[in-house]
Amino acid sequence: MDTLSDPDKADALKQAGTKDAGTNGNLLSVRDLRVSFDLQGQPLEVVKGASFRIRPGTVTALVGESGSGKSVISQCIMGILPKNGSITAGSIAFADPAKDGPVTDIAALLQSSEEMRKIRGGRISIIFQEPMTSLSAVHTIGNQVSEALILHKGVHGREAREQTEAMLKRVGFPDPHRAFDMYPFELSGGLRQRAMIAMALICGPALLIADEPSTALDVTVQAQVLGLLKDLQAEFGMAMLLITHDLGVVSNMADEVVVIYHGEIMEAGPVEDIFRDPQHEYLKALLAAVPHFDMQPGERLVSLRAAGSRPAPAEPAKTPAKTKDSGGAPPILSVQNIVKTFTIKKGSWFGGSEDQSVHAVDDVSFDIARGECLGLVGESGCGKTTVSKIITRAVTPDQGAVLLDSGDGKGQVDLTRLHSAQLKQIRSGIQMIFQDPFGSLNPRMTVLEILREPLAIHGIGDRAAQVTRVTELMKQVGLDPRFASRYPHSFSGGQRQRIGIARALALNPKLIICDEPVSALDVSVQAQILNLLKDLQSELELTYLFISHNLAVVDYMADRIAVMWKGRLVEVAKRSTLFRNPRHPYTQALLDAVPYPDLDRPLDFETIRARFGTETAMWHDVFRPQYEDGTPAQMAFVEVEPDHRVLVRAGAELSEVA
Amino acid sequence: MWGYILRRVAIMIPTLFITSALIFTIIELPPGDYFESYVAELRAMGEKVDEERLQFLREEYGFDQPPIQRYFQWLGGWFVGDFGYSFAYELPVSDVVGDRLFLTILVSFFTIIFTWLIAFPIGIYSATHQYSWGDYGLTFVGLIGLATPNFLLALVMMYLANLWFGTAIGGLMAPEYLDQPMSWAKFMSIMEHIWIPVIVIGTAGTAGMIRRLRANLLDELQKQYVTTARAKGLHPFKTLTKYPLRMSLNFFIADIGSILPQIISGAEIVAIVLSLQTTGPLLIEALQSQDMYLAGSFLMFLAILTVIGVLLSDIALAVLDPRIRLAGGSTK
Repeated sequence: MDTLSDPDKADALKQAGTKDAGTNGNLLSVRDLRVSFDLQGQPLEVVKGASFRIRPGTVTALVGESGSGKSVISQCIMGILPKNGSITAGSIAFADPAKDGPVTDIAALLQSSEEMRKIRGGRISIIFQEPMTSLSAVHTIGNQVSEALILHKGVHGREAREQTEAMLKRVGFPDPHRAFDMYPFELSGGLRQRAMIAMALICGPALLIADEPSTALDVTVQAQVLGLLKDLQAEFGMAMLLITHDLGVVSNMADEVVVIYHGEIMEAGPVEDIFRDPQHEYLKALLAAVPHFDMQPGERLVSLRAAGSRPAPAEPAKTPAKTKDSGGAPPILSVQNIVKTFTIKKGSWFGGSEDQSVHAVDDVSFDIARGECLGLVGESGCGKTTVSKIITRAVTPDQGAVLLDSGDGKGQVDLTRLHSAQLKQIRSGIQMIFQDPFGSLNPRMTVLEILREPLAIHGIGDRAAQVTRVTELMKQVGLDPRFASRYPHSFSGGQRQRIGIARALALNPKLIICDEPVSALDVSVQAQILNLLKDLQSELELTYLFISHNLAVVDYMADRIAVMWKGRLVEVAKRSTLFRNPRHPYTQALLDAVPYPDLDRPLDFETIRARFGTETAMWHDVFRPQYEDGTPAQMAFVEVEPDHRVLVRAGAELSEVA
Repeated sequence: MWGYILRRVAIMIPTLFITSALIFTIIELPPGDYFESYVAELRAMGEKVDEERLQFLREEYGFDQPPIQRYFQWLGGWFVGDFGYSFAYELPVSDVVGDRLFLTILVSFFTIIFTWLIAFPIGIYSATHQYSWGDYGLTFVGLIGLATPNFLLALVMMYLANLWFGTAIGGLMAPEYLDQPMSWAKFMSIMEHIWIPVIVIGTAGTAGMIRRLRANLLDELQKQYVTTARAKGLHPFKTLTKYPLRMSLNFFIADIGSILPQIISGAEIVAIVLSLQTTGPLLIEALQSQDMYLAGSFLMFLAILTVIGVLLSDIALAVLDPRIRLAGGSTK
């Protein structure tokens, strides 16, 4: 372990006396790198003497949380540090296999020097996290991809186009000739990331830096992009520096792992050693903070750092007081056959336009029992957020009913038929927790004002009573009530999410809709928030609708899980059943695509690759919502086992598939 | 594309019709007409007023008719190139305006070029060297330019021009060329005088444009796609001009819509201070003396230019930005 984290020693031992002792066959050696940022005159050291190496043709993963300095290291290697950052010490020795000559010290090169520009994009290239913003919107894909080729290889005109199209084809564009002239906004997120990959690889670099290459993508697309990267890495024989916070991605991709925490390397070594025998406390804690699928009932995530202290619950929360098997008791919420169609104006800005309707939500029905947590899983655009909006009546469905039983003896009320005054009253019983802890809090309101607002709107208590309630709420979510007069910007992401949770709790709701509540948070904070939500659920007897694209998180939280695909529920089952026995091909594809932080359960890239671009083609007929000629099929749920329903063509038997 | 332009042009017709009605109504609103102000002026100077002649003129120009009728007569004239009659100048409106139009366009043209030439390099420098001494210094100068009233600057410039170059104060040409047909000597005289109004009028616009270009470019420079371009190994200057600068030009193109009317109306007060023979002072005089057809037609020119300017900038935006051109999922 020691020798790995200190290339100097290793080199000195093995290669004493050879000419290029600086690299010892390593492609890249980062030695004692220190980087400082100038923040309004105050120097802030973000990388504190980091050392690691990258061997040719291997994948090295650099793992850490946000703010750990992992992206800054990649910027140093690329020579694209922001202006206020500078390398204060250390070296980055790059031994280009294409020229056996001298080793280049990237840290000593001027960022804008010609020598650095030749390495950048030509010999070392990078792909970023956000495929939406990483490409220029006003230049075509072909223009942007071929630019590096023209720049570094001096290839021009038709030849450049041919090579670019070949590269686009290699990264999986179905029609590269057409894609060449398309603009980024005409492509899906997955294809954009493929275009980024094509751009990075077109010059055949010796090292590819992948900075969170799949984090912003849906889980099935992520698996495909990871598979593609692995294939290309082997095909081009290049080395890869994979920067990520996702240990599942690491275990599937990396040969060697470097763990970084607060700018310091904690641990480094082959992936086998790191996962099977973690040495450093930080890495052990990191592994324990990630939800995984083999958790025992009642097992809790261990959060990385002590969270804000909360008063101990009155009763131990070991067995949540759930009433989900209460037989005849009516569900708290019953969604019945809701349909919502959006009309999209399709057509050119100049020519005539035609209206096209899209079924955002198509005949969705489900019940949520009192005290239950129902997980709603699906990929972006599947309509899960629209469902949450319909339940809160932010959107009114075209058809169907949303029956809420507030538990006040009045029985079920159909939310879709209420008028504003009645809605206002009933809405206090349904609250939401949002995804973005930054965007969902008004930056010009103090915490006190944010938490008092729902009370003031509903006219609950006088000012003194409201302030008392705010204090109580802050304690409940583990925030110090003394912070009540602060503004949101002085809180971290996790603390802000706690404020969001406190706001949702203010009106004593019975049902809380959690819309991706942890997907914007770091792994360690994520564990804290998930545990908090679990505790609150049992203490306050809350019912959750938990919406997420992260299957592991849903698995940790939910009692039952509903899988949504293209506006429809395709499979609903108890948590344990769904993961043990997924029947719908979409559920299977979702589960197959989850990268586990477990070396013994690698992703099956063969299957994932075979599924790319096939949509429903590989599905058994009974699951396909359309006949061969494109006419929609009548679909209905069949029960494959108790509490486990799957959507198939009406009249079909699931035994046909078996 | 052609269908779009055609539809846009069609929408312009009702827009302009409503504008013309508004203009006419507002000019009609103050009590009295040109002849009453004229009589008041004569009386003030102690001269006798020929009531009969006044009555004749009123009838001659249709002022005994209801306003609605006069409105349609005025509007109808537009279709045959008759913009009405200026009472103050006792000439058709087209003759009064036409003379000054050339000079106005000349001054405006040079002003715009001046603005762009100065603003672009400075704006780009300021954005790429944010918070440097150069940025602070140029920002300071720009803010002074923005804050100084134009007429004050005009007075200072006139004084300095006379002191240093001995250029005759005021006007766009030496007095002997006034009302002369265009000649090489006259043109040279104009060129000799024109830089003062160009600098005076251009300063505020330049400062404003520097600030906007700097802000827009700074926004764009932060974007991820700029990092992508740098990561390709592109030369810093090429990176700047191909990506962020191109994106930050959208505001600049959108500006074209407001530049066109400015060409005609621009900088009335400066024009009066510098006694320029441009259209600005003409409009103010016409409004003061209730010379209604001159004022009305002038305002209509501005309205038409505004509408055309907006159309041109919209088309240019669509041509330059594929997101606008192809939005809505159409394919090529």
